[in-house]
Amino acid sequence: MAFAFYLSAAIAIGATVMVVTSANAIHGLLYLVVSFLAAATVLLLFGAPFAAALEVIIYAGAIMVLFVFVVMILGVGSRERRARPPGRAWIGPAFLAAVLAAELAYVQATGRATVAPGQVGPAAVGASLMGPYLAGVELVSVLLLVALIGAFHLGFRLGERQTPGKKGGGA
Amino acid sequence: MRPPVSLEQAMMFAGILFLVGLVGVITRRNTIFVLLSLEIMLNAAGLAFVLAAARFRSAEGQVMFLFVLAVAAAEVSLGLALVLWLYHHKRTVDIDRARDMRG
Repeated sequence: MAFAFYLSAAIAIGATVMVVTSANAIHGLLYLVVSFLAAATVLLLFGAPFAAALEVIIYAGAIMVLFVFVVMILGVGSRERRARPPGRAWIGPAFLAAVLAAELAYVQATGRATVAPGQVGPAAVGASLMGPYLAGVELVSVLLLVALIGAFHLGFRLGERQTPGKKGGGA
Repeated sequence: MRPPVSLEQAMMFAGILFLVGLVGVITRRNTIFVLLSLEIMLNAAGLAFVLAAARFRSAEGQVMFLFVLAVAAAEVSLGLALVLWLYHHKRTVDIDRARDMRG
């Protein structure tokens, strides 16, 4: 299974370098999704299926959707869309994701990533969370509440000031 | 199931991801890319926790990964709200334009 780790790690590092060096925000987001998927594959290979599922659902799902919302609201990259022929940006990330899917299918077919004694499953993580780390869970809930109130505060004042400026803006 | 490679190689992988994110934070001027690079760095830190704990077959690494995930979610929601605020007030997402730090 070492080659599977090397392949996933190479895809993750390459996609991350593409994120940092890309000029268009949407292209960077596509490569970052691929990077998170590769990291999830690495987690699966190391016997952490719960963390791999969280990586896909929260990082590649929720957080990336938030970024896409903001990029679309701000219209970053609309100039590039006009300048370049459309529909070429998805080929690189799609190819890397296909390589990852093939690797995952191979690992599953050889039976090495199924439930095994060395794996730490969701049940063990949940028991640890509700046992010795209960105070941490409460602190995380307070942190998320603070983030919610902060984002609401920033967005609330934004809505108040946006109305008079909207006539002349239009950008 | 044994971990596929040694702990040193896994830590090197997480460290390289962290370094790439750090280079992004330092070099990019677009605030959205700075936030993306911060996400890369947080993800690398969480990966280091899980991969190190997998070596000892412990659940603590995934617990810490959950906490890192919550910190990343809180950071990105506040950061993107600040990006929207910056854009509506200065009509730019260049982080160098937000230097004055006055209300």
